[in-house]
Amino acid sequence: MDILAEIANGVITGDDERVAELTRQVIEQAKPAQSILDDGLIAGMNVVGERFKAHTIFLPEVLLAAKAMYAGMNLLKPILIEEGIPSIGKVVIGSVRGDLHDIGKNLVGIMLKGAGFDVIDLGNDVPPEDMVKTAGEQGASVIGMSALLTTTMPVMAQVVELVDKEGLKVSTIVGGAPVNLEFARGIGADAYGFDAANAVDRVKGLVGLA
Amino acid sequence: MGSLIERLHAGHPLIADGATGSLLLERGLEPGACPEFINLEAPVILEEIALSYLEAGAEMLETNTFGASPLKLAAYDLEDRTEEINQIAVQAVRTVGGDRAYVAGSVGPCGKLLEPYGDTSPEEVRASFHRQARCLLSAGVDCICIETMIDLTEANLAIGAFKETSPATPVMATMTFDATPRGYYTMMGVSVEDAAAGLTEAGADIIGSNCGNGIERMIEIAQAFKVATSLPLIIQSNAGLPQVTGNGTVYPETPEFMAEKAAELAGW
Repeated sequence: MDILAEIANGVITGDDERVAELTRQVIEQAKPAQSILDDGLIAGMNVVGERFKAHTIFLPEVLLAAKAMYAGMNLLKPILIEEGIPSIGKVVIGSVRGDLHDIGKNLVGIMLKGAGFDVIDLGNDVPPEDMVKTAGEQGASVIGMSALLTTTMPVMAQVVELVDKEGLKVSTIVGGAPVNLEFARGIGADAYGFDAANAVDRVKGLVGLA
Repeated sequence: MGSLIERLHAGHPLIADGATGSLLLERGLEPGACPEFINLEAPVILEEIALSYLEAGAEMLETNTFGASPLKLAAYDLEDRTEEINQIAVQAVRTVGGDRAYVAGSVGPCGKLLEPYGDTSPEEVRASFHRQARCLLSAGVDCICIETMIDLTEANLAIGAFKETSPATPVMATMTFDATPRGYYTMMGVSVEDAAAGLTEAGADIIGSNCGNGIERMIEIAQAFKVATSLPLIIQSNAGLPQVTGNGTVYPETPEFMAEKAAELAGW
């Protein structure tokens, strides 16, 4: 098997040690970093995302695949930076203020990274000001917000308002169990992701990739 | 009032109380605040909720201790108050229920993912449930309701903690399933069949499902449990997923609809 396909396979099976070892090998062989990323790590996460979407695998397999992807990504990151290879976009994500749920938000973060995005995860219980400030300072193209409580959903509207007020050129996307398209439109968000895989498709759309 | 298990074998279904969180929000719980902090601040609210369920005919009342394991309370820096938070909750419900209703100690997930998926060890989770078990059992609950579980390993650690502390106290254990095109699974990929086998093996006396997305799906889940186990079943359904409208948060299923479907669930 081609070594990059083997890396992809290591990501799919969640074998972090194997992925790290193989990534180290291909870096030594001076394979182009972009190719290691696209045809190895991201290719593997694409398969994981498809299987998750089809419900043939579940959260545990995705979390292990993410660990494996990070094992390779951590080795590759310095080279990508050194060679000035840009990510396909920068996204700030977080669960909004008052919301301590983070499984869904973490899943979106994993899937975005797995699709090649640069993700800044602010964690949970994030105040609107912090989201907007970070997006401005880091030059992010998208802010992704998650809420698992109906009571914290209004905070999403505050973020959208703040983005408008500051005149930032950043798109907003919302998601979480109680959130729907109607709500997203109502608060003026640019997109709604009904699950993690769908959120990635929508973010790609927001940055002009889909 | 006889033992819970005897009561269940008497034939007709036992009707327990309903939700706690939504009623706490109606009574001033701040969004994102710790729901169990109310136990310390205003236990009279717990009595008020218990009384309304008792008057509505509930034979079982749950304590406001869903998030009162020390691991979960730590998210609010309240783990040092684990003992009083659990004790007050049991006392409030008992004051109202007396010997007219079974008092069920509610136990929810610890809020952490177990290794290797997350960074929390089984020992930490076990110790956390053991501490909550000592609190609830010494405060005098009649039974335990371990609920909203998505990870079978965590559910089993919780069941084990309660059974090791008090083998005779009945333990109910329920998991939350999502509908997929391939059937019902928890977020961690546990099927109804695996849940039934695993929860039984861990020592639960009563098993089933709670939360979820609407009572019609719960009927299907109950049917799947019925095939998979001979243990008594417990089903506690949401009235659908909450929707945010101009008039605030509403649950799509009406009381009339829930009542009709509950009768179907009970086979009436």
